[in-house]
Amino acid sequence: MSDPKSPPSPERVLGLLQTMCLIREFEEAAGTALAAGHVRGSVHQYTGQEAIAAGVCCHLNRTDYVSSHHRGHGHAIAKGVSPSRMMCELFGRQGGTSNGKGGSMHIADFSQGMLGANGVVPDGVTMAVGAAHAIKMQARPEIVVAFFGDGAMNRGPLFEAFNWVKLFDLPVLFVCEDNGYSVTLRTRDVTGGPPAVERLGAFGIPVSQVNGNDVLAVQQAAGDLIAKVRSGGGPHFLHASTYRWYGHLAYDKGLYRDALEVERARQDDCLLNAQHWLMQNGTSAQRVESVREAARQQIEQAVQLALKAPYPSEATAFTEVQDLGSPVWPG
Amino acid sequence: MARMTYAQAACLALRQEMERDAMVWALGEDVGPEGGVAGQYLGLQKHFGAARIVDTPISESMIMSAAIGSALLGMRPVAELRYADFALCAADEIINQAAKIRYMLDGQVRVPMVIRQPMGMRWGMAAQHSQSHENLWVGTPGLVVVAPATPADNHGLLKAAIRADDPVVFMEHKELWLETGDVDESAEPIDIGKAAVRRVGTDITLLSWSKTANNCLAAADLLAAQGVYAEVIDLRTLWPWDRDTVFSSIQKTQRVLIAHESPRVGGFGGELLGDIAEAFWGQLKARPVRLGSPRIPVPYSKPLEDMCRVGPEKIAQAAALLCRALA
Repeated sequence: MSDPKSPPSPERVLGLLQTMCLIREFEEAAGTALAAGHVRGSVHQYTGQEAIAAGVCCHLNRTDYVSSHHRGHGHAIAKGVSPSRMMCELFGRQGGTSNGKGGSMHIADFSQGMLGANGVVPDGVTMAVGAAHAIKMQARPEIVVAFFGDGAMNRGPLFEAFNWVKLFDLPVLFVCEDNGYSVTLRTRDVTGGPPAVERLGAFGIPVSQVNGNDVLAVQQAAGDLIAKVRSGGGPHFLHASTYRWYGHLAYDKGLYRDALEVERARQDDCLLNAQHWLMQNGTSAQRVESVREAARQQIEQAVQLALKAPYPSEATAFTEVQDLGSPVWPG
Repeated sequence: MARMTYAQAACLALRQEMERDAMVWALGEDVGPEGGVAGQYLGLQKHFGAARIVDTPISESMIMSAAIGSALLGMRPVAELRYADFALCAADEIINQAAKIRYMLDGQVRVPMVIRQPMGMRWGMAAQHSQSHENLWVGTPGLVVVAPATPADNHGLLKAAIRADDPVVFMEHKELWLETGDVDESAEPIDIGKAAVRRVGTDITLLSWSKTANNCLAAADLLAAQGVYAEVIDLRTLWPWDRDTVFSSIQKTQRVLIAHESPRVGGFGGELLGDIAEAFWGQLKARPVRLGSPRIPVPYSKPLEDMCRVGPEKIAQAAALLCRALA
């Protein structure tokens, strides 16, 4: 952690770039592996939104918690979960974060404070509030960051959570990653009244807004808010505008979107934005490229590891269901 | 040993477990000064403080999520959902999260919690305040389902549910709150998964749980007057259910009648009967029978509501038919 008020050093921004590159490479590799048939089911790529996970999680201790949603790879990587174990999980292999029982939407690593991606909107958020309730009851120093999309802002339980977090004054930073889409629909087309960010005032939760494609801005805003939450300032809300480069999930080509809109978003690439800043502030192009190359190699190694990892044995399908009345295998 | 109501027995169990383990807390609507809908939390907030007996807004999703989230961080929550009907407002959190997190994360974490959802008909509360949908929870892998019928069982099983490392759906019956019975205040928790043989008999096994198990006991009295001696088994735990006790009883009586308050169609009785039929094919002296409510929403008016009840007379009549040769 650093003083959020101090201007970021190029070294620090290089660290953020490294996280963003790892996420970008992971998502590209996941898409390729899905197309090749190594990965099944839902893979929701975070591509384009990397600056938010990187800029927020850089302020967290390992013991702090994050909760995520279906588009959760970026948060896991930024919180320190091993990309190799994550890739193994996507490949359904032993050695994955859940040894193949969870897949993309259920990646968690409690040893890194990653409470889990989640397949149901907005349950990651409501349970994050529950985790914060436990932190308060146990008088622990940690905080919880709950990531969610703009689509979640039309789900009822989220409003129960906003009331609850304020009522019990819990240490939560909400991070709304507004990519403009609720699956295939524009969120603004399915929202009556004012947009998400204007609703929070009604709950008495302070809101900050940031350009989610600018990692320097995100890390600055998040640092400020996390310091407030950590020092007992109660819940805060960060709204980060961004764009989802790909469809809702890897199978979805996103053809319901205007090609020009996608092209414009790709030009406002958070990775390129960070690279430009670095080069304007004295970092060599070579240094920047070496960060990208290192990420490429790390993810390629993760894919190779996942390909070689064994599938879980059939017997493991019957373990960790429950203690009392657990099923037996073979049945 | 003390005489107390079913509600008081639950209150005692929670008090004892909260004294024993500082990680136990309870949350729900009106559990504070009000003491719960039936006094099952009476005096606890005064004793343990508002941080451990937590009055909540009418936010079932968030009640369950707070319980689950806290369990992920080592707490042992007791979530009160007031009525089983309202547990449906938190069905997502119960079924998609609490029941599956341990499995989805391959054991990185457990979700020890009690999900209290009082069930059943009482006072003409009509279709949205009278349901018993234990079958929904029994059909959800990851959950344990408990439905006590006596004050002593409510005491011993609630203690066991709080100490269990699984999410336990705990279904008290609303018409039992004021029933009294002897409770050994220093009793150890009752093993989850153990049925109780509430009455020993030779001619037919009456298999039930919750309030309907008490109706079976009353039915056994009626049957005895006709010279039919029924064995009454109170399952107490629906998942896991006590196959050994049930099967050894049926082995002996060679007749079985299953009774429950929830609709017969899709009810848990069907699952039990399926297993019994597989195990006892050709060995029974009479066809096995299930009784349950008709597949209608619970109506309001008393004579209509009564049509949904599986009372002692109905049970005795059906059992007597199966035992005709004896009469």
